[in-house]
Amino acid sequence: MRILKYGEAIREALVHAMEADPSVFVMGIGVDDHKAVFGSTKELVKRFGKERVFDTPISEAGMTGVAIGAALGGMKPVHIHIRTDFLYLAMDQLLNLAAKWRSMFGGQMSLPIVVRAVIGRSWGQGAQHSQSLQSLFMHVPGIKVVMPTTPFDAQGLLLSAIFDPNPVLMIEHRLLYDIPGEVPETCTEVPFGHTVVRREGRDLTIVANSYMVVESLKAAEFLEEYGIDVEIVDPVSLVPMDKETILNSVRKTGKALIVDTSWISCGVSAEIAALIAENAFHGLKQPIKRMGMQSVTCPVSKPLENAFYPNAKKIASEVFAMMGRDLPNVEAPVLSSNFKGPF
Amino acid sequence: MAPSGNSCNTVPDMVISVELYQVMLKIRLAEQRIIQIYSSDKIQSPVHLSIGQEAVSAGICQALRRTDRIYGTYRGHGIFIAKGGDLKKMFAELYGKDTGCARGRGGSMHLVAPEVGLMGCSAIVASTIPVATGDALASQMQGRPRVVVSFFGDGGVDEGVFFESVNFAALKGLPIIFVCENNVYAIHSHVSDRHKQTELYRYGESLGISGQRHDGNDVFTVYHTMVQAIESVRNGGPPLLLEYMTYRWQEHVGPGVDYHEAYRDPREVSQALQNDPLKRAKSTLKDVFRIPEEMFEAWEQSIRQEIEEAVEFAEMSPFPGLDRLYADLYEERE
Repeated sequence: MRILKYGEAIREALVHAMEADPSVFVMGIGVDDHKAVFGSTKELVKRFGKERVFDTPISEAGMTGVAIGAALGGMKPVHIHIRTDFLYLAMDQLLNLAAKWRSMFGGQMSLPIVVRAVIGRSWGQGAQHSQSLQSLFMHVPGIKVVMPTTPFDAQGLLLSAIFDPNPVLMIEHRLLYDIPGEVPETCTEVPFGHTVVRREGRDLTIVANSYMVVESLKAAEFLEEYGIDVEIVDPVSLVPMDKETILNSVRKTGKALIVDTSWISCGVSAEIAALIAENAFHGLKQPIKRMGMQSVTCPVSKPLENAFYPNAKKIASEVFAMMGRDLPNVEAPVLSSNFKGPF
Repeated sequence: MAPSGNSCNTVPDMVISVELYQVMLKIRLAEQRIIQIYSSDKIQSPVHLSIGQEAVSAGICQALRRTDRIYGTYRGHGIFIAKGGDLKKMFAELYGKDTGCARGRGGSMHLVAPEVGLMGCSAIVASTIPVATGDALASQMQGRPRVVVSFFGDGGVDEGVFFESVNFAALKGLPIIFVCENNVYAIHSHVSDRHKQTELYRYGESLGISGQRHDGNDVFTVYHTMVQAIESVRNGGPPLLLEYMTYRWQEHVGPGVDYHEAYRDPREVSQALQNDPLKRAKSTLKDVFRIPEEMFEAWEQSIRQEIEEAVEFAEMSPFPGLDRLYADLYEERE
């Protein structure tokens, strides 16, 4: 095992895939510039040339269609969006075309496209640079959705996505880019459809994804000091989802708190709550609880932004409440982030 | 009055000219047969007919190679037939049968025949324009001699993806021809009610490609202009935007006509009906090649026979088994 940061792990996966298969190419706004999508496409253009790594016009819908057509023409495009919010512009192409192309035409064509999109948070990203849109894509059959949390997941899932014959949306998180983690000695695919147990515990299950895993792990450390042993399970692959790992954990602990990076209503947390209610109801000792962004537009002002997002402190507080205990009157955990913006 | 495009008075050799006429006739007769069948409810799929517009599909597809690719719209019977799609598979698809070109999953609006280069038709206006552009990008990246044609209507240029696609194709010099089949109405909305600039072929100019407007009811003009366009694009020339002027005879969707409705100008309708692309081509074939009436009758009989076989095939074919409901959503990785 080696230690890499999230963006470096993604970059390695791109290099590996492009070397292995000449049909793989990378496109998107800014993929060839000096910022290189937070380093995840760094020096790819130098290595593979501007035919295989190119900037695009700011035409999210049109360029998504171009990715679909390129895939039908035998290529394997990786289309990158530096913010998830920009996917709204490409919804028709992603959901009316990419998600449907194979089945609508009777299963005779492959559509190996990968869309990478990055969720922004902190430093005043505001209403339109902070959204977390996984549930919109989970709702429509035909597109796979993954949310890697660690460099290991990011590298392995991206490789699997590139060589999967279906459209795959990989939703990354800006705040994960600075967090180092272990990756295998050589680039290795991580298969879809598995939920990772991030921490084993016996008292309560936290189902968390993406950056919420980091917040939850921080909360877990604090909770441990007070004798509360939480299990954290992370459905890194939302479509297809490994439901059994989630259900088994809830059956073991009898308590479930779901923490998603997005809004609660009709979101991932709603879906997982329904999953648990339908399949593990009798294993539950008390009602399911959910946490996510507040049901308002993301504010810029720091105190409001802090109130808008779940964090380690709020998660710990909720767990204490679920355990029927009072939050101790001590300094609650705060996750220190190195992120200083601007983007 | 509907504006018309220029005709170029060039007639190809007899073999090609006859084929062009036969393809148009096949589209016309197949769609007339669909109209006959429709009231039986055996075709439970919204049909958008191409009657009156056959010259565009026939002329363009005749000029393409089998390996060239096309993308179209929900008004797709014409290009399916013209590109060489199997008529049996088309009728079976309209019937929702397992033997259909999309195994009963697509219906009339989603015809497909990858084996002859028809890669797909979409029911969302303009949505295949960028997809066609991407296929042209793949063709360029792989160094293939393949040309892509993107078919869309005058309504297609209302959408942003049209401009995004033309811009990208121009920027990269992609081997694609954008074909605007201007049938004057987007549903029931006249092109002049939606655009200040109604010379749609000119939209490419500001994005750096040239456009042309031609008579889309003269199959020989369509063929001739496409041969030139394809030669240029295949040899590395820039993408082109060609607008073919035609007229939608039928209602937007369904088997009927709606000439009496207020959105149509009665003079426009009578002018269009006189401008029948089949009558015009037949007249040229008679004048130029001295083809006798009996030949036309023989062709018609033969095509009607083929259509009846296709209808019978559709009628006799099984519906998909219920296990097909969940099939093909995702492809298994090898």
